[in-house]
Amino acid sequence: MKAGTRLERLLKAGHFVVTAEIGPPKGASGQEIVNHARLMKGYVDAANLTDNQTAIVRLCSMAAALHVLRAGVEPVMQITCRDRNRIALQSDVLGAASLGIRNILCLTGDHQSFGNHPTSRNVFDLDSIQLLAGLRSMRDERRFMCGEEMRHPPSIFLGAAANPFGDPLEFRLVRLAKKVAAGADFIQTQAIFDLERFRRWMSMVRDAGLHERVYILAGIVPPKSPGALRYMREVPGMSVPEDLIERMRKVPRGRRAEEGVRIAVELIQQLREVEGVRGVHIMAIMWEEVVPEIVSRAGLYPRPQVPEEEPPA
Amino acid sequence: MIVAELKPLDQITALLNGYRSILLAGCGECVTVCSAGGEKEVQSLAAALRLWYRHRGVAARVHTVVIQRQCEPEFLAEADPLVAKADCVLSLGCGVGVQFLAERHPQIPVFPALDTKFAGGTVEPGWWGERCGLCGDCILHLTGGICPIIRCSKSLLNGPCGGSQGGRCEVNEEIECAWQLIYDRLKGQGRLEELEAILPPKDWSRARDGGPRRVIREDLRP
Ligand code: SF4
Ligand code: SF4
Repeated sequence: MKAGTRLERLLKAGHFVVTAEIGPPKGASGQEIVNHARLMKGYVDAANLTDNQTAIVRLCSMAAALHVLRAGVEPVMQITCRDRNRIALQSDVLGAASLGIRNILCLTGDHQSFGNHPTSRNVFDLDSIQLLAGLRSMRDERRFMCGEEMRHPPSIFLGAAANPFGDPLEFRLVRLAKKVAAGADFIQTQAIFDLERFRRWMSMVRDAGLHERVYILAGIVPPKSPGALRYMREVPGMSVPEDLIERMRKVPRGRRAEEGVRIAVELIQQLREVEGVRGVHIMAIMWEEVVPEIVSRAGLYPRPQVPEEEPPA
Repeated sequence: MIVAELKPLDQITALLNGYRSILLAGCGECVTVCSAGGEKEVQSLAAALRLWYRHRGVAARVHTVVIQRQCEPEFLAEADPLVAKADCVLSLGCGVGVQFLAERHPQIPVFPALDTKFAGGTVEPGWWGERCGLCGDCILHLTGGICPIIRCSKSLLNGPCGGSQGGRCEVNEEIECAWQLIYDRLKGQGRLEELEAILPPKDWSRARDGGPRRVIREDLRP
């Protein structure tokens, strides 16, 4: 056991896990996060707290993770390389671990030009792979990235993202392998709508034996409208099949949210059948309240319980 | 070369407010090649400024000179008499030229007429592209001769971010994804396995993060 978080224990025990995303608000109140966490409690095994996603300033992921933790849900703190150098990254992870936030998802981060402060400077001192390697060495070798030893290493479970649809396709696998080699314990993928392409990618993942070295959680975004699907199709690195948009378009306006839930549930059921997929990660940003329904209807409720294990001292 | 671009005229005239004897100083090197601060650009800016003053009924004198290389004291000396007669100098050199001129003339205000952009080259006539981020520790041998530090919008050293699509960068359709370029080039050379290695964090102390840099060559020192 690397960190003994609930997420790790469940994955290790072979359960199909469920994580979901909670987007922190653009303000100083943690109430909304707490509400979302309470709503999801019992339906998800852990909740991701995004780190200023799309480069829009929001309440920080560490504070958000603490709100979630206090509300009784295990957090996955996302951390990007966009806004912090290696000093701040290591420091934040030590701080998070000291608060009991021990699932850390390492991301490169969206470019700041997408966000609400496009005139800011970016950092990118490290990339996500170097961050993974650095955090792993903190945990396993009790060393800072500079090589210096530390007394209380963080007991952390390390995640990374993967995009099965980005280009260049063959290089995506190399990059996944690098993430695993650098220390990723689990992977959360980009939203999957294109099952065909995802299956092809997973078979490449299996051929490379990577599914045995890392836990892969497939990304799910419940679509709210045909417009939302069309929008996502335009996002670089996303693949949305035309017939899905068509299916959504045919549904009368008032019943589209319901159809979105149905699509998400079907996707989960199909993804469950794909060898090497060890769970799902539901991203219903601005629609967090729908998560319990999706989880229940996908037959994933109630969530399994696994005995606590003392984290390694 | 250093690639630069002329500032908009209204920004330049705002700099010159109150000065009546202005020396425009071009440079014969990079900024001549990138058509930003050579003889031609100096003359056309001088003409524009004279017209601008005439329209406003301001009696101002605009003189011009093109220094062969503004970043070298030896060449700057030639312009000394002209600078001495001016109440300000508007340099059409790159940021380096502006500063070398200014250092030589502690009493005279020296203003930049250009925005200095990057180290790059001519892609096509009228199109210059950035190629080097001057990081002080070149790794082009590891990345197929394509610089990820400056040509990847996130300076990633270990392959493309999730936003690379169709060879384009997530930031902007006009930007080629450096990692797609690196991939294609190494693939063409049968060197793809080189991309499997994890490149460690970069030593940024050799870049500007270490503070202003200098190069000393003892063998060339007086
Ligand atoms: S690696 Fe550094 S020195 Fe080499 S081209 Fe890129 S920025 Fe310039
Ligand atoms: S799309 Fe390519 S060039 Fe743009 S940030 Fe990502 S890896 Fe770098």
